[in-house]
Amino acid sequence: MTTQTMDRPGEINARPVRHPGRWVAVAIIAIVAAMMISSLVTNPKWDFGYAFQIMQQSSVINGLWMGTILGTVGSMILGVVLGVILAVMRLSDNFVLRGVAFVYTWFFRAMPRYVLLAIMASGVGYLYNKFDIGVPFGQQIAKSLGLSSDLTFFQFNWNDYSSTVWIGILGLGLSEAAYMAEIARAGILSVDKGQAEAAQALGMSPGMTMTRIVLPQAMRVIVPPTGNETIAMVKDTSLFIAANVITELYYQSTLFGSKAFKIMPGFVAATLWYLIVCSILMVGQSYLEKYYGRGFGAPTGKKRKKAEQKIIAAGADH
Amino acid sequence: MSTPTLRTGEPLVHAVNVSKSFHDNHVLRGIDLDVYPGQVVVLLGPSGSGKTTFIRCINQLETIDGGRIFVDGELMGYADKGGVLHRLKDKEIAAQRRDIGMVFQRFNLFPHKTVLENVMEAPIKVKGENRKVVEERAIALLGRVGLADKPAAYPGQLSGGQQQRVAIARALAMQPKLMLFDEPTSALDPELVGEVLAVMRELAASGMTMIVVTHEMGFAKEVSDHVVFMDGGVVVEEGHPNDVIGNPQHERTKLFLRRVLAEEEGE
Repeated sequence: MTTQTMDRPGEINARPVRHPGRWVAVAIIAIVAAMMISSLVTNPKWDFGYAFQIMQQSSVINGLWMGTILGTVGSMILGVVLGVILAVMRLSDNFVLRGVAFVYTWFFRAMPRYVLLAIMASGVGYLYNKFDIGVPFGQQIAKSLGLSSDLTFFQFNWNDYSSTVWIGILGLGLSEAAYMAEIARAGILSVDKGQAEAAQALGMSPGMTMTRIVLPQAMRVIVPPTGNETIAMVKDTSLFIAANVITELYYQSTLFGSKAFKIMPGFVAATLWYLIVCSILMVGQSYLEKYYGRGFGAPTGKKRKKAEQKIIAAGADH
Repeated sequence: MSTPTLRTGEPLVHAVNVSKSFHDNHVLRGIDLDVYPGQVVVLLGPSGSGKTTFIRCINQLETIDGGRIFVDGELMGYADKGGVLHRLKDKEIAAQRRDIGMVFQRFNLFPHKTVLENVMEAPIKVKGENRKVVEERAIALLGRVGLADKPAAYPGQLSGGQQQRVAIARALAMQPKLMLFDEPTSALDPELVGEVLAVMRELAASGMTMIVVTHEMGFAKEVSDHVVFMDGGVVVEEGHPNDVIGNPQHERTKLFLRRVLAEEEGE
């Protein structure tokens, strides 16, 4: 547009690089997408109406809440708490604690969750059908001393729980703890050593230093992979069937599908629910990341407003 | 501006024959030091001379291998039960540190807390003081270090000099008897050193007992009552700044001072 004045070069008006490969790719994608849409529309076996009906069945909704969601929440709580404890043990000066944490992580990372759930449900009950909670070796001690009591406080029957969501939570939670231990350890190690020293110099005990100063900063590193673990856990609750737990989304949805010889709508119902739950979790994860990232980026709207108020208040003192 | 050396009553810090090694490396080889209330003591010496390790030993960030350190008459880190020393529990050591403020080379502010939260954290959580009282004190302290307008900023939004002044306010919020400074200006850009030294001068003038590891000769000459020159884990020379800096007796002191002063002029 601008004419060149004197010898000084003007505006650049060059031809862009052509990308013929991209146009080929777009064409291929368009064809594949058209084929998929065509299948969805023309093949009556998809039967989305029936899939939506399955999604709304009370047993499916119940399975979603009491199996998939309760199972995810429960096993993640167990996994995170136990995982942080294991991570702190791994970083301990005591070699027994370190060793125990290492062996735990090694074992549960190597165990397939399906096998673990099967063992939890049937294997443990096969070994011990009831548990006596009391003084260790109480029965042996009582026998040798000739006591009438056997030093047992209460009993519980493992098989009473073997097909419930609690066994599923226990199995998946124990497995998750092994992964969370590694994530939490990486998070704790990511916090600068000077932080713990500054806290100690202020007179904080080691426990307070960990919970008030180190862990909140470690969370910035811990939260993103934990979000991924949670989303993976939603899907892993479909393994509950290994522990004979049938109050669960996948089993209940496909049950309707196979009863009506409409297998695919059963799968579609389960898939749509998984997509919805995981999408919600992804949104929650991004909020959590923002919260634990505070102090590492620009202040958020609420914080900035509070900050401005404080500045005004502080200014009034002078 | 230097005040006459005060030597009234018992020393606040009484270190006797302190030794410390990291594996085979003897960092401290029998350090003796008495610091009296209200004194400002500057530790000078080349890097690796053990000055930083020594002040870290005073508040137990490092454990010592030999000798004794007393702060305000209390043996640090151990309980003496009939001549036998028993290592104190972590909580008891934490309690001993409450009265000793420390300022680090790299500030070490808590990045996930605002400036005000940084200053208020320890008095509330460690001493269990009333939030309202602590907040008033914290705002006053931020005013004292010239940061009354920054209570809600996060450390990451402040310059190095501002962060170090917050760190000083944070330590003062615990109302310590003694302040330790570990090279407080070494990590700062040259134009930010002055603002931190100004706060430290004001603190010294207010009567705070201070032990300062620094390479700032101007601060040592004008503010301190007592200068200790360390090299190779021993005290080579100590005394009034006019003597140690103005008229050093030992060859090692002279060499060190020549090098430091040449560097200052180079800038």
